[in-house]
Amino acid sequence: MDWQGQKVVEQLMQILLVISGVVAVVVGYATESFRAMMLIYAGGVVLATLVTVPNWPFYNHHPLKWLDQSEAEKHPKPQVVAKKRFSKK
Amino acid sequence: MHSLDYRANALLIFSVTALAFICAIPSFSDKFSNQNPSAEIQILNINRFKKQSYGNDEVSLTLDITADLQSLFTWNTKQVFAFVAAEYETPKNSLNQVSLWDVIIPDKEHAKFRIQTSNKYRFIDQGHNLRGKEFNLTLHWHVMPKTGKMFADKIVMPGYSLPDAYK
Repeated sequence: MDWQGQKVVEQLMQILLVISGVVAVVVGYATESFRAMMLIYAGGVVLATLVTVPNWPFYNHHPLKWLDQSEAEKHPKPQVVAKKRFSKK
Repeated sequence: MHSLDYRANALLIFSVTALAFICAIPSFSDKFSNQNPSAEIQILNINRFKKQSYGNDEVSLTLDITADLQSLFTWNTKQVFAFVAAEYETPKNSLNQVSLWDVIIPDKEHAKFRIQTSNKYRFIDQGHNLRGKEFNLTLHWHVMPKTGKMFADKIVMPGYSLPDAYK
């Protein structure tokens, strides 16, 4: 999942859960049914899970642009310098 | 949101936290419910009144209990536990409470009732102080919610008394 997709998916999860929570409380209060409130919220959780947890393709519309192979060869990788060990006094 | 596990975990934590808020709301809304329960108890008969072999008084009564506890039920109520206690004072104890009868009321339909019964639990004194004793019959109830705090209240009905001599 690309960066843009990650941002979208986090916001989407929070919004879906908050909205299903609010709807659940309002419907439950209006119908005086605790059970209705719990079922609506559970449905909202399942919906949010299906939408945000799997890596759907539409979260990958802004893929990262990796460097081209030919460009990479023009710029050598930095070398690791071996450090001298200091002896303990 | 780097991996599936990360997203699943984030969703789990958020949904459980939201659930805590969702459960706080019905509990809070109970504070605004109008409650006016009523009850009346008559003693139909004193069946037995004697002193046990080891010295304690025992009474057996037949009670006629009328109660309307329907207004205690809200959408957040799981059940109401109600019991009738005899309350009186003795030289040894400033308050004696003896539970005589109880019931678990699961819903609003069962909350308005009239029942004639002998006492479910034995009315035994600590000692032999009951002759001529004046006592209150108190209907206590505990409202047990689906979420939130349980609260209890009572109606005190004074003015009952036992005979002066054993039967």
